[in-house]
Amino acid sequence: MQKQNAGGRPAHRKKFWSRDDSELTLLSLPTFIWYLLFAYLPMFGVIIAFKDFRIKGNFIQSVFKSRWVGLSNFKYLFASKDTATMLRNTLGYNIVFIFLGIAISVALAVMVNQLHSKRMGKVYQTAMFMPYFLSWIVVSVCVWAFLSYDKGIINSYLTGAGGQPVNWYMEAKYWPGLLIFINIWKGLGYGMVVYLATITGIDPSYYEAAVMDGATKWQQTRYITLPMMKTVIVIMFILSVGGIFYSNFGLFYQVPHDSNSLFNVTYTIDVMVYKSLKSSTVGMASASALFQSAMGCLTILAANAVVRRVDPDNAMI
Amino acid sequence: MKKTVYQTGLEKFNRVRSSTNILYNLFFILLSLICVIPILLVLAISLTPEETISTVGYQLFPQAVSFNSYLFLWRQHTVLFRALGVSLFVTIVGTALGVLLTTSMGYVLSRPQYRLKNFLTWVVFIPMVFNGGMVSSYFVNTALLGLKNSIWALILPLLVSSFNVIVCKTFFRSTIPDEIVESAKIDGASQLTIYFRIVLPISLPVLATIALFLCFGYWNDWFQSMLYIDNAQLNSLQALLTQIMNNVDYLSKNASTLGISAVQIARDLPMEGSRMAIAVIIVLPIACAYPFFQKYFISGLTIGAVKG
Repeated sequence: MQKQNAGGRPAHRKKFWSRDDSELTLLSLPTFIWYLLFAYLPMFGVIIAFKDFRIKGNFIQSVFKSRWVGLSNFKYLFASKDTATMLRNTLGYNIVFIFLGIAISVALAVMVNQLHSKRMGKVYQTAMFMPYFLSWIVVSVCVWAFLSYDKGIINSYLTGAGGQPVNWYMEAKYWPGLLIFINIWKGLGYGMVVYLATITGIDPSYYEAAVMDGATKWQQTRYITLPMMKTVIVIMFILSVGGIFYSNFGLFYQVPHDSNSLFNVTYTIDVMVYKSLKSSTVGMASASALFQSAMGCLTILAANAVVRRVDPDNAMI
Repeated sequence: MKKTVYQTGLEKFNRVRSSTNILYNLFFILLSLICVIPILLVLAISLTPEETISTVGYQLFPQAVSFNSYLFLWRQHTVLFRALGVSLFVTIVGTALGVLLTTSMGYVLSRPQYRLKNFLTWVVFIPMVFNGGMVSSYFVNTALLGLKNSIWALILPLLVSSFNVIVCKTFFRSTIPDEIVESAKIDGASQLTIYFRIVLPISLPVLATIALFLCFGYWNDWFQSMLYIDNAQLNSLQALLTQIMNNVDYLSKNASTLGISAVQIARDLPMEGSRMAIAVIIVLPIACAYPFFQKYFISGLTIGAVKG
């Protein structure tokens, strides 16, 4: 539109506000109101992190009436010795999830695409998509069926083989591995679908040319498939990096059954926020929630900036 | 015709060795089993008689089969049906409202001439990067909007996601020709008429995609219930299962201090098999439906992954 004007063509000048604009505004109004209430009011509400928040009347009144305490909520948060554990777990798990998740999904997508029978590929894909559709509470029930101390499958197998049963929900050393496995297991199908769609979208003439030049299957993967997937991989990477300060509450609270013995390996920001919210200790919870949002925002912008510098075509924003 | 023959010829020539193919197949069969067996195990436990469970524990292939767990649930049907009703209501109403809100915003953003397009694009985009977080949302929803212990707390906060709006916008932008909209306007149709009468009917694929995302999201949600619902009358199936699992945890953690009363509570709790049966009831509709709707999911995920 603007380019046309700049070209000097006396195209019909647009009125400042047309009937169309009114109608479209009306059409978007309900969603706009939703955004105000459920996305923008909470953003305004983050100032409770700087207040000694008490409910007096409705939310907005309470925000104004609560006493301003500056950064003291944050001081308490970072003085607490559990905070280090919480940050270590949140970031550590997420870094493993991101790299392992992308690597495994990409590898599987490439492999499934090389199967001779496309129909079997579809069948496997459907089976591996299954966990993605389960809620975390159902996942926690499934995990329980394996790990329950007296009835779980794994302990029956261990005792059957002459070993000692393991009290899984009490032994912290097994859980980092377990949580990583469960998370990858649940997200496998999703990642595969996204990457497979990219692979099937690659123009077959690239491969034809490669075959003419005598490229092996591995060389085709290395020099055609993977480079063509770069954009999608980078997008998925930026998206997951943006969530690096967020942890899946279901995975870290519900699956380990909120077991105190596992505190060291399952305590993450979201678990902390939920627990404090339920015990009405709002100060530290609101401080860490704001810390989480702010850091999430910074990491996604930073990841995007890095990608923009290295490879401007793939930047998202 | 000739072309396809040539291409399959190339494909035949340019594929992995048969031995590699067999290895790949074995590997994927193993992976598929790993992904499906946990659910089959839960199903098997729900069909195992309670006595067998207490003597030999859970088994993938039970020695005996009984429907007692389901009969037990049937006897408790007031609780179960109520939870099922809540789940269905939340899923249906949430999906319908969510599709309307998402597609209307998507359509508006896809109109290139719209005066407020840039402003609204920012309104949709900013929440993808920054959000108020759980604490402040919790207080807005409870202290301002009065959603504590209301069924709407399970529906409203999840209605719109910016990701879905952008999927819709991209779809409308690329599939709805401007000529159709322009000619309808010349015929005197308002934008609302165009949206309801023209845009929605020719956009069924994207409607199905968004509806499925929302539908599975609502059906699988249990966290909203944990945050906002204390009233057992408003428990969804997921919330019911969460509560039962958490009660079992509570009992096993505090069994020594609770003493005799724990035994009484334990007697009122559903048996092992019935817990699994509730999980089966939750999963069954999903497991039956998703293989057929998978392609809509895939199209949604791939539209979303392509730069809008």
